[in-house]
Amino acid sequence: MPKQSPVPDEVDKPFWDAANEDRLVVQNCIDCDRLQHPPVAKCPDCDPGTNLEWKEMSGRGRVYGYGVMYDCPVTILAEDQPFNIAVVELEEDPGIKMLSHLPGTPVDDVPVGAAVEVVFEVTPTTGQKVPEWRVVG
Amino acid sequence: MPTQNAPASMYRSTEGLGIWEHKGKVAAVGIGHSPTARRWDETTDTSLGAWSILALRRAIEDAGVRPDEVDGLVMAQETSTGSPWPSDKPIPEDFLNTYKSTDNPLDGIARLSADWILMNMPELTNVNFTMYGPGCMSNAVVTAAQAVGEGLTEVCLVLKGWHNFGGRYYVGQGAAGGNTVTGPGKYSTLWGTVACYTTAMQFEAYCRKYGKNHDMMAPFVVNEKRNGLMFPEGFWAQHRPEVLTVEDYLAARWIAKPANLFDNDIPIMASAAYLFTTPERAKDMKQKPVYILNVASDRTRVRSFGPTLEEAEAATDETGRKIYEGSGLSPSDLSFENMYDGFTLFHQFHLEGIRFAGVQRGEALDFYATDITIEGPNPASPSGGNAGAGRTRFWMHTDSIQQIQGRAGARQISKPAEIGVSGGPTPTGGNFTVWSSTPG
Repeated sequence: MPKQSPVPDEVDKPFWDAANEDRLVVQNCIDCDRLQHPPVAKCPDCDPGTNLEWKEMSGRGRVYGYGVMYDCPVTILAEDQPFNIAVVELEEDPGIKMLSHLPGTPVDDVPVGAAVEVVFEVTPTTGQKVPEWRVVG
Repeated sequence: MPTQNAPASMYRSTEGLGIWEHKGKVAAVGIGHSPTARRWDETTDTSLGAWSILALRRAIEDAGVRPDEVDGLVMAQETSTGSPWPSDKPIPEDFLNTYKSTDNPLDGIARLSADWILMNMPELTNVNFTMYGPGCMSNAVVTAAQAVGEGLTEVCLVLKGWHNFGGRYYVGQGAAGGNTVTGPGKYSTLWGTVACYTTAMQFEAYCRKYGKNHDMMAPFVVNEKRNGLMFPEGFWAQHRPEVLTVEDYLAARWIAKPANLFDNDIPIMASAAYLFTTPERAKDMKQKPVYILNVASDRTRVRSFGPTLEEAEAATDETGRKIYEGSGLSPSDLSFENMYDGFTLFHQFHLEGIRFAGVQRGEALDFYATDITIEGPNPASPSGGNAGAGRTRFWMHTDSIQQIQGRAGARQISKPAEIGVSGGPTPTGGNFTVWSSTPG
C-alpha cells in the first residue's frame, strides 16, 4: 500500500536512515538500559536522559492486536480501504510496539499472536523506506 | 501576568495521598449552557465567544449571584479536537466589530483566553484569579475545585467551550491530505489511524481476553442515546431527536472495526459553565450546593504505541483506587456513574475501574444487559455522555450536578441521587470528580 513518506527530523533520523538500509533500530537509554519507541530527544524515565543510543533489533516480533480501517482520514490510503492496522510487539521487548498493515494478510483475518518479521517498504513521494511486518510460518 | 496552566501540584495524580484535604469544602451551585450547533454558521451571535459568554452569564444567574461577586475564572483555552480555522480565511468583520480582541485573532473563534473573556464581560469586575485547566472540562473542574479549596478563589466560574467548522474532522485535512508526514504521525497516522483506532484495537483485545463481542455494546449505546434525548441542553435533543435501536446500532457502518459509527461521537459547537464556591458562600445562593468529595487525576505515560488494553486497565484500576482513597467512599456508595464515553468502547474500562455496581474486570458488557437505565438500580451514564448529546466532554459533569440537585428533569434517576462520579476523557489520561448531596 502506498504510504505517506515520513520526513525524518533531528531526533529520529537514525531510525529512518537505518530503515533505508533495511535495518531496524530502536532507541535505548543507556542509563536505564531500556528501549524506547517512538524516538525521543530525552529519556522520560531519567535525568538528564540524554545518554541515548540506537540498538539494532532482530526484526522479529508478534502480532499484539489489530483493527480494520474503513474510514481512514489519510487521503493516500483511502483507495485501499478496508485494510488491517495491526500492532506488532518486538521480540527483544514486547513493550515496544509498532504499527503494520501486515502486507499479505487478508483483511480482518489477522492471526493475533502470530510471529512476524520486518520488511522495508519504499514510500512513493521521497523514496524513504518504512518498516512493515509480514506474518511468517 | 498571563493566565497560566494549573501546575502539576494542583492535581491528585498519585496514590497514597489519603483523604482529599478539601473534601466537602467546595461546592458546585450554578450551571449555564449555550445552545448547540453542528457547525458554526459564522454569525457573531453563535460564535464560540458569544456562546461562552452566554453560558457564563447563565451560570451566574442560575447560582443567584451578582457578577461582581465572582472572583475566579478557570477554563480551557483549547476549543477543538480537530477543526482548524483556515489560515487564509479572514475573521468575520462583524465579530471583530462586536467583541474586543486580544493579540490572537482566533480568540473567541477557535480558542478562548481568559483575557478575551474578561475583556468582553465587563460585569466581571472583581476577578483576581484566573487559571487554565487545559484540555477538557474535566480538567477545569478539578483545577477549580482545588483552587477553591486552597482559597485562591471563593466564587469561581468554570468554563469549557467548543467550536466546530466545516469539513470532516481530520479527514483529508492538514497532514492527512499530504504525501509526506512529520511529527508523531510518522509512527501512527502514517498507517492511516483514525481517532478511534486505538480504542478499537483495545476493545478487540478486551473481547478476546474476556470472550465478549461488539454486539454486547448495543444496550449501553442505545441507553446512551435514550438518556441524551432527555438532555434538553444536548445536540441530539435539540436538533435530531432520533431514537437509536439495537438494530440500528448493529447495522451501522464500521469506522475502524470494531468501532462503528455510533461508537463515535458527533463534533458540535457548545459551551458550558459552572459556578463553584465554598459551602459558606453557597448558603446564600439560589441552588442546592453539590459538594465535591474528591478530585483525582490520571497521568499515565504509555510505553510505546498505545495505550494497550493492559495499560488502559491498569490506569483505570488506579483511577478507581484514587477516587475511593481520596473520598473515603467505596463502590457501593455511588448512586450513579458518569464516566466518559467518547468513544463508547472504552466506557467499560472506566466503569470496571471504579467497580461500579460491583462490576469486576471483564464483566461490563454482561452488566450492560441488565437494567442500566435511569429507572433501574444501577444508572450507568445517565447523562447520555458524548454519544447521547454530542462531543463536548461536559455532559457528564452537568448531569452529575443536576442529578444531585434534583434538576435532571426527565433524566432524573429514580433512586435517590446522593453520590456520583464523573470524569475523563481517556482511560489513560483524565481528571475525575466525586459529587455528593452532603459534605461527607
